[in-house]
Amino acid sequence: MVPIRSVTSDPGSLSPNDLPWIIEHNEDRCTLCGKCAAVCPVNTLKLSYMRKRMPKIVLSSSERGSSYKTFVGIRQNTDVGQRCIGCGSCAMVCPNAAIHPIHNKTDRYRFQNTKKGEAPTRGGRRNEPGPSLLDQISFNRISMLTDPALDAGRHEFSLNTLLGRVLPPEEFIRRQTTGEWTPPIREIFPFIIGSMSFGALSPNMWLGLLQGVAYCNEVLGIPVVMATGEGGCPPWVLKSPFLKYIILQIASGYFGWDEIIRAIPEMQCDPAAIEIKYGQGAKPGDGGLLMWYKVSKLIARLRGVPEGVDLPSPPVHQTLYSIEESVMKMIQTMSMAFNFKVPVYPKISGSNSAKSVLNNLVRNPYASALMIDGIDGGTGAAYNISMDATGHPIASNLRECYLDLCAQGKQNEIPLFAAGGVGKNGNVTQNGMALIMLGASGVHMGKYIMQSAAGCLGNEQNRCNACNLGICPKGITSQNPKIYRRLDPDRVAERVAETFMSIKTEMKKVMAPLGRSQSLPIGMSDALGIGNKDAAERLNIRYVC
Amino acid sequence: MCRLALKTATTPFSPYCVLQAMETMQEGYDGSGLGLLLRGVEFKDFSYRSPDPILSGVAHTEEALNRLDQYMLQKKGFTKKYEHEFQVDLSEIAATDRYKYFTRVYQIPRHWNAYSKELIEHELMMTSLHLRKDGADHGEDLSIFSFWPDVVMIKEIDWPLAVGRALSLDDGRIKARVIMAQGRQNTNYGVNLHACHPFFLQGIATMTNGENTAFLPIKEWLEGRDFPGYTGYQSDSEVFAHILHYVIRQLKLPLQTYKHVITPLNNKELAAHPQGEFLRGLRDVCRRLIIDGPNAVIGTLPDETCLLVMDAKKMRPATVGGKPGEWAIASEMCGVDALVPDRDRSKDFQPMREHTIIIPPDRQELEIWSQFDQLPQTQAA
Repeated sequence: MVPIRSVTSDPGSLSPNDLPWIIEHNEDRCTLCGKCAAVCPVNTLKLSYMRKRMPKIVLSSSERGSSYKTFVGIRQNTDVGQRCIGCGSCAMVCPNAAIHPIHNKTDRYRFQNTKKGEAPTRGGRRNEPGPSLLDQISFNRISMLTDPALDAGRHEFSLNTLLGRVLPPEEFIRRQTTGEWTPPIREIFPFIIGSMSFGALSPNMWLGLLQGVAYCNEVLGIPVVMATGEGGCPPWVLKSPFLKYIILQIASGYFGWDEIIRAIPEMQCDPAAIEIKYGQGAKPGDGGLLMWYKVSKLIARLRGVPEGVDLPSPPVHQTLYSIEESVMKMIQTMSMAFNFKVPVYPKISGSNSAKSVLNNLVRNPYASALMIDGIDGGTGAAYNISMDATGHPIASNLRECYLDLCAQGKQNEIPLFAAGGVGKNGNVTQNGMALIMLGASGVHMGKYIMQSAAGCLGNEQNRCNACNLGICPKGITSQNPKIYRRLDPDRVAERVAETFMSIKTEMKKVMAPLGRSQSLPIGMSDALGIGNKDAAERLNIRYVC
Repeated sequence: MCRLALKTATTPFSPYCVLQAMETMQEGYDGSGLGLLLRGVEFKDFSYRSPDPILSGVAHTEEALNRLDQYMLQKKGFTKKYEHEFQVDLSEIAATDRYKYFTRVYQIPRHWNAYSKELIEHELMMTSLHLRKDGADHGEDLSIFSFWPDVVMIKEIDWPLAVGRALSLDDGRIKARVIMAQGRQNTNYGVNLHACHPFFLQGIATMTNGENTAFLPIKEWLEGRDFPGYTGYQSDSEVFAHILHYVIRQLKLPLQTYKHVITPLNNKELAAHPQGEFLRGLRDVCRRLIIDGPNAVIGTLPDETCLLVMDAKKMRPATVGGKPGEWAIASEMCGVDALVPDRDRSKDFQPMREHTIIIPPDRQELEIWSQFDQLPQTQAA
């Protein structure tokens, strides 16, 4: 049948009502300054002339009853690629509060988000609003009688954790007596800035993070470390004394490792650790992906690749044929490269097979830790379906691994680090401490740090999530100097320091009522309660209601 | 928070004297348990020879006692040399189902004579663990407290003096050179004979006031050691005895390192310590054994050495005082007063968080050892 040409609608036509965010514009307050349109990262705002009917009463029947006014209004682009992402940059710059996006729960655009046959991709993390499982855990073994609660403000607290292979005490004493090698151990703050690559983050963002981390260590005495993610590290950082606060990551693309290897003779100190990435919670079983928009001149140089090309990492380390072999070879090779003085550990995505990897590591004398990243982890770029539907929640995966170590009597030997949704709803210390009491030696947080230190606008209602496009409105994940100049590295550093100072205070506020001050309550699961019977049983913690 | 009293003297004395000291500290416990450990024992009606193991416990039924006899005599081949008969009058205490309190001296099976010292000690531990499990398998009708040379243990639920009178401990028929007692204040864990302190494993015993908030991770770590004696844990304080056992018997480190394991120094202090590097490594590998207190731990070793340590926050009191040949440690000053009244009180000492008080077997003077000091053994250097 022939369509009716007069109705201008095709199968992909959308109106603003079909989009996740609708822009509300108040023409009475708008002074047409144009700032909103200039700042909009997706160019969704279009200034356009509009006509408005002005009714008036006339007595003479020979005259028409209305007149018309022409004014400049704002139209919202309904093309999927240029839809409003709800970042609210327009509202931030508007001098008269004349414009802002409104969340539309009934959006239809997702059905149309397959232009040119491409499946939806984005940055951010799983869009699942509401309290996470970690948010539901409470600390309820409160000291009252024979063990009085401590004073979080006055007592001395030991909050640090260990990163590195811990020998059984008998073996440690034997090696001390014979003067043999003992594995390197770092004493670090248990909240770690998770791996975000120097390609994913803008230069201003990582500079701010690095400054903040250095300030935490050198001025505040909080031994914070940050992980780089794949993509190397600028040579000046590699040769600086700040390297000791950095966990260098090597992933399947080996991006940036030429620079790192070349810099080894000139390194003033060892890096905090080497993380070998086998998987990531946000896109398990998938490699990294740096979109061409973000491969700037600097990034191209750091990574040793041409400018402006997509940089996908393969899902596995291509030179090796099995995870067992890979883990063994890579760990040994990296340990050897750094003279057996740097802890080397793998990062895997949370999965049913995490326990198998762990058991491989337990028997590898050079493995220093295991980092498990759960389904709620964030990423700079991934397919929507990977982020929303692939992976394993971190709490149960970590707990299973910890209890497995306990059963083997090795829970002190391989420290477990957990990530994936720590601080998803802003409860970073609560989430982190819950994981620690479930058995983690420390937690990694990436998205939370972007939100807290740089004001990342992303949330779990699909707000922003444009990290993959290089148009980050705050300049956090953009390689375009016009955009990342918006971000002041000094202010990022200040926020990093503020964030870690407050995490430290909150940790004390959790530990003090439990009567703990001398050591991190790793595995103190008798202090945890949850109002979900199934979760309580699965996590082997107390059910409370 | 419990009350503790320990007395060590060159001349054996009656356990009743320690119970009287407990009476002076009676505000601190609720009668939910009394534990007594006697070391260096002397029986009025039996000349005890120290290598012979002594089995202490309670049989709650005749059948349990018969099973015990069958196992010890027929299956294992022990010979009963002496049995101390307590003059029991249960009307003083709440318990009614105690068929027999036993303190029996055995002679080891003849074929054990070929065993090494370590193997004999292992076998003694395994025997007591078997009996304890046998009791648990039969509805807790048999409670075993210790099976070791020169050690007698008594545990009962009620007020200390009442227990002392119920068992006629004031009759002078049993005496010892080291006696430790704890009056229990029940808190998080159940009222249970096995939860009474002191806790005992292969000659090493400790008792504690306060509560160990780091109990669960420590317990899980110890259970993972694959050592059969690290079991039980009816009380959070049992891990203190096992950590001491682990440090001394498994790691073979000097007594002074116990304090470094349970309450390690911080980095700044370790940097200035002559063996800081070793101690930092020890702290890392034994990190799970850090106690978080608040606790005072009082203990004894097989050679009659006595010790007292505090947790790092030092939120539980304990004090030590005495004179050459006679020393007392108690959780309150009045306890020490009751145990050694004729001492020079100006020499009483309350340890700070870095101290380990050691009363050596010769009992001549008190050793106040500080964590900041060099360790006494080159092995640990």
